[in-house]
Amino acid sequence: MSSELLTVAMPKGRIFEEAVELLREAGYDLPPEFDDSRKLIIEVPQSGMQFILAKPMDVPTYVEHGVADVGVAGKDVMIEEERDVYEVLDLKISSCYMAVAALPTYSPGRDVAPKVASKYPKLTSDYFREQGEQVEIIKLNGSIELAPIVGLADRIVDIVSTGQTLRENGLVEIETMMPITSRFIVNPVSYRTKAAQIDDMVDRLSVVVNKENA
Amino acid sequence: MSKLFMFEKPQGMRDTLPELYQLKTQVKSAVAEEMRLWGYENVETPTVEFNETVGAASAILDQQLFKLLDQEGNTLVLRPDMTAPIARIAGSTLKNVKRPLRLTYDAPVFRAQQYEGGKPAEFEQVGVELIGDESSSADAEVISLMISSLQKAEVTSYQIAIGHVGFVNALLKEVLGNEERAQEFRRYLYEKNYVGFRKAVDELPLSSLDKRRLHELLRLKGGKDIVEKAEKLTESEAGKKALEQLQKLLHILEDYNMSDRVLIDLNLVMHMSYYTGTVFEAYSEGLGYPLGGGGRYDQLLAQFHHAEPATGFGLRVDRLTEALGKAKQKVKKDTCIIFSSERRKEAMDEAKKQRTEARSVVMQEITGIEDVDAYSKQFEDVIYYIGSNGNGGAGDEQ
Repeated sequence: MSSELLTVAMPKGRIFEEAVELLREAGYDLPPEFDDSRKLIIEVPQSGMQFILAKPMDVPTYVEHGVADVGVAGKDVMIEEERDVYEVLDLKISSCYMAVAALPTYSPGRDVAPKVASKYPKLTSDYFREQGEQVEIIKLNGSIELAPIVGLADRIVDIVSTGQTLRENGLVEIETMMPITSRFIVNPVSYRTKAAQIDDMVDRLSVVVNKENA
Repeated sequence: MSKLFMFEKPQGMRDTLPELYQLKTQVKSAVAEEMRLWGYENVETPTVEFNETVGAASAILDQQLFKLLDQEGNTLVLRPDMTAPIARIAGSTLKNVKRPLRLTYDAPVFRAQQYEGGKPAEFEQVGVELIGDESSSADAEVISLMISSLQKAEVTSYQIAIGHVGFVNALLKEVLGNEERAQEFRRYLYEKNYVGFRKAVDELPLSSLDKRRLHELLRLKGGKDIVEKAEKLTESEAGKKALEQLQKLLHILEDYNMSDRVLIDLNLVMHMSYYTGTVFEAYSEGLGYPLGGGGRYDQLLAQFHHAEPATGFGLRVDRLTEALGKAKQKVKKDTCIIFSSERRKEAMDEAKKQRTEARSVVMQEITGIEDVDAYSKQFEDVIYYIGSNGNGGAGDEQ
């Protein structure tokens, strides 16, 4: 954690472009090469910032341990990881939702041990416990849609944005769980020791977010 | 579980090797000395306590407790903090000692760590408890002592955040009307989930004025003017009283000359129910976790059947050391006397002399060293007593 530059942990991939755009709208001067850089650390001294590019699932980890002061993380990751960080602002980007899906032939209650496959074991477990149903969870790291097709699990829990992946694999959504958007998160120590910089960033981002959703 | 390798330790358990030990001891003794100078008396309590008493009363979550059974089947815990054991003493063996009580401790505490590294399961805490004084003077004293301890430990870039859960509770209750809802919103603050807090506020059937009051609560972080801003939000007796206490506390800190690195943060909710008034935390720039913290816990002593107000704080020695570790240089050991057996006596006399001057002296017979050059590099001074020297006396330095 450099004492002058504010370290921002950004998720690589889907959310990255939207987050960069949001920062630019908030008046942060990010160089054009930012968009197609393969570097893992990018310094932007003119904005007083330094960016680290991480796997989306890891962003709250960097922020919790304080090697990044702030970060952008999906609500799905926040629920799954349960990190001790401030969830300060809903950036309202990368909007999607979590859902339970299965083959059209699925009917509840037929199995001895209902199995659910997911990339999010914790979120899945919490959800089904709240629903009063005990399920066995199988953790997968991707291509979750495969699980019901090959008979690894009856149902899956995954992120849905358009529903196209589900349709293409012949699955149907059977329950909508919760809406997901990206959040601006802050390390608890940085929130105090770098209060001025971070509060300013939150204010500028709030203006952009509220304008776009007005 | 796969077979353990012989070098493995349980999750979160750490060794302290000589270099780190030295730094840790320096930090600890600087802090402990400051506490002694402020008139706090040392106590020690057992490492193991009952889960039903200290385990239940402590501020640490149940899933973080290390538990074991005694021969009668009682559940025991490795103490997760020192405040609950001290409350137990204060409510029993020290029950009749005149108040206020000023106690200090320096002890390892244990918190089970389930996920990953970076968080020790055993670490030392140095702290104080001031029992039987409900005044703002007492709050200011412990905060000032914490700051002063940080200074003595040579932590230079520290920052203190002070909040007041009495204010938070009062505001939530007067706006939301009942304790159940207040609890829900307190949980959002405790979980640091401002997004959830705002969303829940917007979904409530409240007047726009009341909604604004709750939204404003999230912005109560900054300098001394925050107290005035907070005054505009609360109308209840309890809320006003809390802010009066906070104001008074800030004045006393100014008198202590300790107010320049203090930030007011009225959203600081460090626990769901444990603290009752002023709360505070200490941070160091460059370290992602708080160095320590504390606050007023006026309900705890009642659990040990001796209701009385109390306040205190604990600093984590591991984090103080980590905050300092980056700054401190490796220090060389004082003196090594390398001797051969025929001159052992001379070597002993020299060692004895230097030890009386408080220098640490290693005596090492030459036959025990494989590489004299490499070995002697660790020391500031190396003195040789080697070979037969009929003249006796001073060592011949080579």
